[in-house]
Amino acid sequence: MIKAILIFNNHGKPRLSKFYQPYSEDTQQQIIRETFHLVSKRDENVCNFLEGGLLIGGSDNKLIYRHYATLYFVFCVDSSESELGILDLIQVFVETLDKCFENVCELDLIFHVDKVHNILAEMVMGGMVLETNMNEIVTQIDAQNKLEKSETFIFQSPRQDR
Amino acid sequence: MVVPSLKLQDLIEEIRGAKTQAQEREVIQKECAHIRASFRDGDPVHRHRQLAKLLYVHMLGYPAHFGQMECLKLIASSRFTDKRVGYLGAMLLLDERHDAHLLITNSIKNDLSQGIQPVQGLALCTLSTMGSAEMCRDLAPEVEKLLLQPSPYVRKKAILTAVHMIRKVPELSSVFLPPCAQLLHERHHGILLGTITLITELCERSPAALRHFRKVVPQLVHILRTLVTMGYSTEHSISGVSDPFLQVQILRLLRILGRNHEESSETMNDLLAQVATNTDTSRNAGNAVLFETVLTIMDIRSAAGLRVLAVNILGRFLLNSDRNIRYVALTSLLRLVQSDHSAVQRHRPTVVECLRETDASLSRRALELSLALVNSSNVRAMMQELQAFLESCPPDLRADCASGILLAAERFAPTKRWHIDTILHVLTTAGTHVRDDAVANLTQLIGGAQELHAYSVRRLYNALAEDISQQPLVQVAAWCIGEYGDLLLAGNCEEIEPLQVDEEEVLALLEKVLQSHMSLPATRGYALTALMKLSTRLCGDNNRIRQVVSIYGSCLDVELQQRAVEYDTLFRKYDHMRAAILEKMPLVERDGPQADEEAKESKEAAQLSEAAPVPTEPQASQLLDLLDLLDGASGDVQHPPPLDPSPGGALIHLLDLPCVPPPPAPIPDLKVFEREGVQLNLSFIRPPENPALLLITVTATNFSEGDVTHFICQAAVPKSLQLQLQAPSGNTVPARGGLPITQLFRILNPNKAPLRLKLRLTYDHFHQSVQEIFEVNNLPVESWQ
Repeated sequence: MIKAILIFNNHGKPRLSKFYQPYSEDTQQQIIRETFHLVSKRDENVCNFLEGGLLIGGSDNKLIYRHYATLYFVFCVDSSESELGILDLIQVFVETLDKCFENVCELDLIFHVDKVHNILAEMVMGGMVLETNMNEIVTQIDAQNKLEKSETFIFQSPRQDR
Repeated sequence: MVVPSLKLQDLIEEIRGAKTQAQEREVIQKECAHIRASFRDGDPVHRHRQLAKLLYVHMLGYPAHFGQMECLKLIASSRFTDKRVGYLGAMLLLDERHDAHLLITNSIKNDLSQGIQPVQGLALCTLSTMGSAEMCRDLAPEVEKLLLQPSPYVRKKAILTAVHMIRKVPELSSVFLPPCAQLLHERHHGILLGTITLITELCERSPAALRHFRKVVPQLVHILRTLVTMGYSTEHSISGVSDPFLQVQILRLLRILGRNHEESSETMNDLLAQVATNTDTSRNAGNAVLFETVLTIMDIRSAAGLRVLAVNILGRFLLNSDRNIRYVALTSLLRLVQSDHSAVQRHRPTVVECLRETDASLSRRALELSLALVNSSNVRAMMQELQAFLESCPPDLRADCASGILLAAERFAPTKRWHIDTILHVLTTAGTHVRDDAVANLTQLIGGAQELHAYSVRRLYNALAEDISQQPLVQVAAWCIGEYGDLLLAGNCEEIEPLQVDEEEVLALLEKVLQSHMSLPATRGYALTALMKLSTRLCGDNNRIRQVVSIYGSCLDVELQQRAVEYDTLFRKYDHMRAAILEKMPLVERDGPQADEEAKESKEAAQLSEAAPVPTEPQASQLLDLLDLLDGASGDVQHPPPLDPSPGGALIHLLDLPCVPPPPAPIPDLKVFEREGVQLNLSFIRPPENPALLLITVTATNFSEGDVTHFICQAAVPKSLQLQLQAPSGNTVPARGGLPITQLFRILNPNKAPLRLKLRLTYDHFHQSVQEIFEVNNLPVESWQ
């Protein structure tokens, strides 16, 4: 099971944080800080696996991370997940983001964090892998965005809605 | 005036514009105030935008709990835009610890049964992320219905929601088990993935479900075979491997179903062999599948040839240049080391190579695996490698490595000397990281190896001379030098080079330990006791030792002070017993701390009764009596049991109270007066807790034929003493040995002045008044000295 998915930049600023188990707000922030601390210490050419910190559950859990330019993508998983599989999953996630945002960069994630949440929700649900076919995911996201756009016509306000 | 509310992007822009943390806080607080006002006003048009902004600042760590109710309102709205943000908010802000979470149950129910597909998807997603047990129970029927809907989009989500529900409410397994068989026939990969996950969850929870699902093994094999042999298809392939996620899930399920089951294992055998040999390992996806295959092969009842193939694959992966592969290989081997020990042993050299990795994750795995691979035949070689690792490993692995080495040494040590050497090496390299009982273990080990005493003490002396900072080492070395100091000075030992050690050098070293600011109080205790023991082992005079001991008599540390005072007293008053007390310790049995202390106490008592001959008879018996009192008490609990300083410990506690002498022999009674059958007796008591006090009990007895009446006794003492008379028990002593009168005199004699006592008696006897005044002669010396 995937316990948490975190995206933060090279300075530890969170860009996305999704927890699949109930943690208090304080604990969540602590986990983000601790994870950043552990991950930022790693060299460039070491393996992508880290034994997890103390907060997020101890010996059964590990951190699987990938570093893309200015962003760290960290999945905290327990021993029932395949480590190499999760690495592939991160790659699929990033590629899907790329498809949806057209050459995604950190700014896209910053300004459209809710969209990132929506995309992630199509891939991982309840801590389990839902769908890994990029096309399916992108199709769904497009359909949902269209639905949203169609609703804006009901409110003819002079200002642009979201 | 309507203040236009910021769009989410604008807020983010503003936050990013803030140069300091304080500025950021200011911007966010201002915006949160707006948002709160907007929520209060109940503006439905912009609510979703306000909540989106709130969720953003929540991610940055700012409080957002006041948005919880807004999530409910948004979920209940009919617009998809509202629902989208509302459900996201519910996932981020609400969880089962808040009571409010139950309020969305109804909305979810409505959305599940009547909503359009995307809405159903939202509801299912939220339910599977934060659904509590009550919610799951309520909504199970809705989810069950959705399992068999035509749309694969909704179905795959419903399946994973079912998995979550089973985790929260295990009884729901019975609801979700029946549809599984049908779901397995679907072609849609998303549905298959979810179904496999669901079946896996069911099987892990219930042996009955496990048995039930064994019959789908052939179908699973078929699905996997199709995936593997399928040509390149763009749909689900990752780096040329068709849907590796699904393959891995199927392999995992096959592992669970085939475990300990001949028939199922048989069915999957061929396929596993096929996957193991044909998977393309040039990319990560193929390797993921291959690893899963290997683990499955090792876990089921597979053919021997297949197992060999699997372990060899792992061995090959250990040599792979990709660090991730090596990490997973080490993890897998660790899982196999218990069940297939000899197979894993074959790869020991490669594993040991991995110890030299710079990557901390890899070296940690390699360490665990290496420790698991140590056995009696390879212990010497492995220990060498592990000790080399200990010297260079990262600090967070030191403790594990040290305790691992010590444990392995204990189990597999070929000789005692090797064992001592190993422990010594660990203490010098990583002394601060060893566990607390390492000191106890080592001293016990050395104590038991009589032939190695000389060798041990020499090596420890050398190690101590080089470095006095590693506390466990210093403690053991101090203890050894104290016990076997004579061997140290004796000169020759075949095992290592002869070393001329001067008495003065040894004493100087121990004093250095005592004075060093690096020494812990416990270490100082060891050093002091060792010095004391050396007073009997060394040939020179003991002035230096006596000096040190008396200096520490005023040490601020109470423990040290007590010891120093005791040892000092041992020098001054009980020098004749010193040799016996400081004899070499007998070997302690290592059953456990309690047994140790009792064994030690009884041995000490035995030793002391042998050593008793020198003191005077009454003294010895008194000492031994008091020893009995102490036998019940536990020994020094701060130190590990075998290292309680000096066998004379029990005796030392007796000498602990310097002001109070041992309880004196009882002072004999004194008859001071007799006249016509009337007698007056004095009995003396000197209470030990108050040396200045003397209690005299005056007893008047009457053996005559006539009663004694109106009996009054008065007393006088010299001015330097204080006298207090208590009321007599009566005035009459009946004839013929009737009940005597007793009276208590309390005399305080702080200056120990010679006691003189004058008594005046008046009474009626035989119808005559009698008055007698006299001084008491022959008062025993003990009454006032």
